[in-house]
Amino acid sequence: MINFGYTAHKERLIDYDKNDKRVLEHLKKHEPSVLTCIACGSCTATCSAGQFVDFNIRLVQTLLRRGEIEPLKQEIRKCMLCGKCILVCPRGVNMRNLILAIQTAIDKLK
Amino acid sequence: MAKTVVIVGGGVAGMTAASRLADLGEKVLLLEREEEIGGHLRNWDRLFPNRRPGSEVLHDLKETLGNRVEIRCNESPGEIHSLQSSFIVELESGEKITCDAVLMATGFDLFDARRKEEYGYGIYDNVITSADLERMLRSGSPVTTSAGKAPSRVGFVHCVGSRDEKAGNLYCSKVCCVTGVKQAIEIKEHLPGSEVFGFYMDLRMYDRHFEEMYYEAQQKWEINFLRGRVSECAENEDQSIVLKIEDTLTSRPLKMTVDLLVLLVGFVQKPETVRIAKLLGISIGEDRFLECLDEHTRFNYTGKPGIFVAGTSRGPLTIANTIADAGEAALQIHNYLKTLK
Amino acid sequence: MISFNLFVLPFSLGLIYLLYMIIRWWYKWVKALPEEDRNLFKAGIFSKKFLSALKEIFSESLIHRKMFRRNALLGYMHMSFALGWFLLIVFGNMESRIYSTSHVNPPYYPIFLKFFIHDKTVLWFEINTVPGFFRFLMDFLLLFVLSGLILALIKRGKSRWFGLRRTTNSQLTDKVALTCLWLIFPVRLLAESFTDGYYGGGGGFVTQHLGNFLALIFQESSRHIAYALWWTYSLALGIFFVTVPFSRYWHIPTELLLIFFRHFGITSRKFSTSFTHVEIGACSRCGVCIDVCQLGSAARIHDIQAVYFIRSVRDEQVNRDIALRCLVCGRCQEACPVGIGADTIRLIERNTFSGTHDADFSYLPASFPRKASVIYFAGCMTHLTPAIIKAMKGILKQAGVDYLFLDEGGTVCCGRPVILSGKHDQARDLIEFNKERILRSEAHTLVTSCPICLRAFREEYNLPIRVLHHSHYILELIKAGRIPLQAVHRKVAYHDPCDLGRGSREYSAPRELLSKVATLVEVSQEGKDALCCGGSLGIYTVSPRKRDLITKDALEHLEASDPEVVATACPLCKKTFAKHAQVEVLDIAEIVYDAIPV
Repeated sequence: MINFGYTAHKERLIDYDKNDKRVLEHLKKHEPSVLTCIACGSCTATCSAGQFVDFNIRLVQTLLRRGEIEPLKQEIRKCMLCGKCILVCPRGVNMRNLILAIQTAIDKLK
Repeated sequence: MAKTVVIVGGGVAGMTAASRLADLGEKVLLLEREEEIGGHLRNWDRLFPNRRPGSEVLHDLKETLGNRVEIRCNESPGEIHSLQSSFIVELESGEKITCDAVLMATGFDLFDARRKEEYGYGIYDNVITSADLERMLRSGSPVTTSAGKAPSRVGFVHCVGSRDEKAGNLYCSKVCCVTGVKQAIEIKEHLPGSEVFGFYMDLRMYDRHFEEMYYEAQQKWEINFLRGRVSECAENEDQSIVLKIEDTLTSRPLKMTVDLLVLLVGFVQKPETVRIAKLLGISIGEDRFLECLDEHTRFNYTGKPGIFVAGTSRGPLTIANTIADAGEAALQIHNYLKTLK
Repeated sequence: MISFNLFVLPFSLGLIYLLYMIIRWWYKWVKALPEEDRNLFKAGIFSKKFLSALKEIFSESLIHRKMFRRNALLGYMHMSFALGWFLLIVFGNMESRIYSTSHVNPPYYPIFLKFFIHDKTVLWFEINTVPGFFRFLMDFLLLFVLSGLILALIKRGKSRWFGLRRTTNSQLTDKVALTCLWLIFPVRLLAESFTDGYYGGGGGFVTQHLGNFLALIFQESSRHIAYALWWTYSLALGIFFVTVPFSRYWHIPTELLLIFFRHFGITSRKFSTSFTHVEIGACSRCGVCIDVCQLGSAARIHDIQAVYFIRSVRDEQVNRDIALRCLVCGRCQEACPVGIGADTIRLIERNTFSGTHDADFSYLPASFPRKASVIYFAGCMTHLTPAIIKAMKGILKQAGVDYLFLDEGGTVCCGRPVILSGKHDQARDLIEFNKERILRSEAHTLVTSCPICLRAFREEYNLPIRVLHHSHYILELIKAGRIPLQAVHRKVAYHDPCDLGRGSREYSAPRELLSKVATLVEVSQEGKDALCCGGSLGIYTVSPRKRDLITKDALEHLEASDPEVVATACPLCKKTFAKHAQVEVLDIAEIVYDAIPV
């Protein structure tokens, strides 16, 4: 496998080949709408928790789909499940169901 | 006996098709529900991509049409009855007209921005649509806030009512992105001291000269393009608008106040077109635009012989696209009429 | 000498087993109650509440009044089985007293009386005598039950006559129990008739004549046929009794306990208690909840209705899907003739099945709001419908109210959406945060625009102040003369939000308020029968398309009488309807605000 000089900054690198996609598989099964996300950012913009703390649901969910799980386990806990994100999402992603599914997936992977 | 074509709608598509059919020697009756023909083109100031006046194009289309066809304004069909190989169009005024072909050129409506309530259209005075801005520009009066002052910061929100499951429209309206960039440049031309922002999910600069316009907007006019979809707006005491947005390219929430917010609204189908389509039995897509027989080779045919469609009633199109589309429709109608004896 | 025959064994053994199960479970359930509830139970037994419970048992478990109100045929059918069988047992026992030779009779004696006693001294038409009267009564009651059985058979094919579009899909145990149940009375009729015919007497106006007819045909064989039928009768009863604890008919004894619990003041909690188990056992699977569920009628989802959900809980086969796929709109609870709180049970099960959500709200900063008399809490969703906020600000300013817009800069969620995910305790920090702010402001009234928040404040917060929906508060302001009105009375169809209507029982204040500024038109399903807009935060696993189906269906009902405006009292309803509505959708506050002269 060729590394193309990415070996320099391993922490920043998303190594898609090596990443654990099991969370993505779990999400696909329980909330398939997540695949249609276009990362527009409306959810993060309107987020109730995002007013008080550094919580970026778009980023968290995108990274999870890339297989970056470890740093995000604590992030999900900030969600108030208020549902504003669902009301603004142009693709109809059901974030609340996604959040519950993410936590279950993360738990299962322990 | 001379064959008659009834064209429903006197906008760009209707006028163009009427002209071409007249060129081909066909008899045309053009019905227009408004007081005068021209459709939405009458409301536009300057057209992309070259920012030439829309009135020029309207003048050109009217000139070409001349007096060669019968035009009836303030008229629209109430009922349309399909017979063996002809149609009876019953006007709302009561008159019945027999014809051999019908061309649906009814055009579009703009998305009602009040449905996107979180943006505050109709609630906050300094939130306007691209159509409102176009009107302002066309009238020649200066662009101002509701208080009559020149805005020092103007924001453009892309994809209002398009690509939005919550608005009930999943499709892309195609023209709004380039319109947004065009209007952003126009604001800078009018108000060189102002800051202009465009808030987008994607920038669809798909056609010739579009990407170059975007480049020019950035380089020459210093317009700022921020990738993030505005989730909601609020109003300050001084009626300026506060935006809630995520700057996705830096992954950080961004707060911004603008003096004037322009919503780039997209196409929606006219309810009246849906009504007539149902009467005629022609297919309507899930996006409510009229279906054609084949997207590549029969795009002006509907499923019913003798009923044709041209222009934005079958989907988002630019003015140039519409003129080309209507020309093709006229030719197909002409060929169809030849098969009738 | 005690009358006995081998055939009484199936019945007797079955009965013993059933009684054992009832006593065992009732004991278990009462013992497992939380202490507070157990005390209520003990206090209740020896109080007037016991009598009021008996009254309800009579009017609901026997007469089935609620069923009658839903549909007369349905009510009659259920009543005939319940009341008919009950009276057969009661009067059967009384009749057996006439003939018994000992003081103590085995339980099977009255059931199989006609096998043991052939009283030819009294003829079928001698109703003026005591035995004759009972003879008549027993035959009459048997016909009564059989008329219900005929209706039940008809219902198989013509459920619509009974007000039911769809009926419950039965499992095997229910099918077996049902078959036995349906056999019991026809077989009894035949067994008694054959016996009466063979002996040439002892029957009533039905059994004797039928018996005579059968005796003509079968002659000597009647005796053997009768005996076979008595065996069948006993087996039918015995097998039925044995299947009761495992089938829908468990509701017969269990709903009695439920009624006692309710009258004694025991209610359901946020977690599963014996009360929940008793509620679940009391479900008769009548299927009335199926038609009212919009997921079924509009969105074509047919496997998660309350009856199936409750069955899955009882069978311990709940899964994530069935737990999360519910609008929590309350329509099934409203329709249930037993009054089972299916929504509450759904939320309890969600705690287990919705997955983990270990929330951490420690990031919420301490907040010290200024003092005010009234707090206005818009709610999360209302920030996406700013027209409501604008209207409320205008109204409150006009009335000169000293108010604090608590969540003007942004809302900390009231906590109910977390509760709707089943994670009841996870909402604690949100509740504490908001509660502290509310109390610190020293306001005496809390006004909110969102019925979801309203329920949270009323049910979870334990606030010592008044909590009102804005429609109620605005009405008060108008009645106090603080808001001048000059309305153009447009035709308005009012939509009852689930959480304001069924959820908070507030149907009249919004209507009274609207009548002052608009003309209300009739809506076919309103008040406690109102349809859900589909926006629901209660449902998790639903696609946008399915939601749209529910929304469009609700809108169809609202727009049917051609209103100019659809009025809502909930920002979520407003946003949901605005997507599809043909007419304008406005909140009540907006309509009132428009009516205030400039």
